[in-house]
Amino acid sequence: MIVSVASGKGGTGKTLIATSLALTLSEKNKVQLLDCDVEEPNADIFIRSSITQSYPVLIPIPKVDEAKCTYCGRCAEVCVYNAIAVVGKKVLIFSELCHGCGACSYLCPESAITEEGQEIGIVEKGNSGNIELIQGRLTIGQAMAPPIIREVKKHIDSESEVIIDVPPGTSCPVVEAIKNSDFCLLVTEPTPFGLNDLSLAVEVVRELGIPSGVVINRAGIGDSKVEEYCINQGIPILLTIPLETRIASFYSRGVPLVNGIPEWRGRFVELFEEIKQKATLPGSPLSLRGLSRTKRGNSAKQSS
Amino acid sequence: MKEVVVLSGKGGTGKTSMVASFAALAQSKVLADCDVDAADLYLLLQPQTKQEHEFWSGQTAYIDNEKCNKCGLCEKVCRFEAIENYVVDQVSCEGCGFCSQVCPVDAITMRENMSGHWFISETHYGPLVHARLGIAQENSGKLVALVRQNAKHIAEEENLNYIIADGPPGIGCPVISSLSGANLALLVTEPTLSGMHDLDRIIELCRHFGIPALACINKYDINEENSRQIESYCANQKVEVVSLIPFDNVVTEALVAGVPVVKFSDGRVKREIENLWQKVSERLTP
Repeated sequence: MIVSVASGKGGTGKTLIATSLALTLSEKNKVQLLDCDVEEPNADIFIRSSITQSYPVLIPIPKVDEAKCTYCGRCAEVCVYNAIAVVGKKVLIFSELCHGCGACSYLCPESAITEEGQEIGIVEKGNSGNIELIQGRLTIGQAMAPPIIREVKKHIDSESEVIIDVPPGTSCPVVEAIKNSDFCLLVTEPTPFGLNDLSLAVEVVRELGIPSGVVINRAGIGDSKVEEYCINQGIPILLTIPLETRIASFYSRGVPLVNGIPEWRGRFVELFEEIKQKATLPGSPLSLRGLSRTKRGNSAKQSS
Repeated sequence: MKEVVVLSGKGGTGKTSMVASFAALAQSKVLADCDVDAADLYLLLQPQTKQEHEFWSGQTAYIDNEKCNKCGLCEKVCRFEAIENYVVDQVSCEGCGFCSQVCPVDAITMRENMSGHWFISETHYGPLVHARLGIAQENSGKLVALVRQNAKHIAEEENLNYIIADGPPGIGCPVISSLSGANLALLVTEPTLSGMHDLDRIIELCRHFGIPALACINKYDINEENSRQIESYCANQKVEVVSLIPFDNVVTEALVAGVPVVKFSDGRVKREIENLWQKVSERLTP
């Protein structure tokens, strides 16, 4: 089963939940923990795996053979990202804009374009007990996280329980990380920011057709509007973690909650049981999600 | 006119609470919410929307089943695994148009996406430019650029001294778009191992783009040993730590009340943030 841990808002406790869930499950199961927050991967700070493998993630960038090129401009014409420009007898390539779709090289009438890999990040693998950690790491200065997330997710082993630590937000990297999960845990805090960003995250999982439940972290810090929202929307609250100095202190030192306070393990076992009951079963109609929705018109209502 | 962008790498360190307080403290400024994925600044500034605009960006492929001869070439050329059984997965499609270029029977059209909205609003503290990216949409970097462009335009028209921008978490596309060309980055961190790891990456990003940076440690007293480490790390990196802000639930209480914390309470947090804005504005006006 694939469980993703997302939030909309940053800093609500995604990594805290993902690592404690992975550690608890690893007592009896093979577990893969995928850190798909490739801009700021933090899960291994808690898991402390020994990274044993590391390889670069490349995206194919066009390279023009000037001997064959007739400067016809077809490549620039087909590139919707404006990553190629033909100026007189010169072809300019803006690699940071290239998405690596391959249209230019395929469509070049002179076969003058080949592709070469450009590194945009790395994928690392390591182990800690029964947990296999796989994390992506975007190179500083690179903009595109989704290809690295896709590469991390290629390692998913259907024999394992898979926990995915998702980046904050609601845009393409988040969708890439959550896509094809059987269940999505949405971690929030009981404040107006937490509520606003939870409601956005709920829209994302609904759009993707993935069943979800909420974890309220730092309970007691703000107000009760998140709970009211969950009740109104029929979204189950599966776990509540109180605002406690002890919990914050373990977190600040990189100690997983279930290691710092082992009594929490029982709650994470129960959490996973509830997730299993609520998750999409393989072969059910919902598992065909993602194939026939429209992108247009589903977006943005005014938020203010 | 000078632009400061508030960033952190890690989410939830207090960027938005800081920006809202700066809004209340600074004279002559325009505010820009560059976290277009999860825009929260409006919750503290209670804006009146003056202008609302649609944000059209990027394309998605559509296959006309009547015309499609099921040759499968589109599926073969697509590198984003967005086509299966002659149906486009709208979420996976990156809008490159490769499929529509190669389709032998012209069955694939590319349509523009309505990817969100952006707004120009008025607040008690001055004009605010903000946006909302559509759910699961792409091109957040372009929307951020649009927000900044409009904030700059307002600052020039109204002859304002500062653009104060609330940045998104991370170091990727929307962060680069928020940072490039700004005069100063203020990095808000927290004394946790995660916060420290992410601070390291955002400092490197600022250096990569040649943007000067200042740091402040929020909730410094939840782990004072970590805070000391951050200070010595920043000293090594030549990034000045200009403020240590204590943990105080008054920040959340102000958030629940929907006002900047400096307008909500008179305690230590307020004094520290006033001091922080003083340092930031001194750095902006040499």
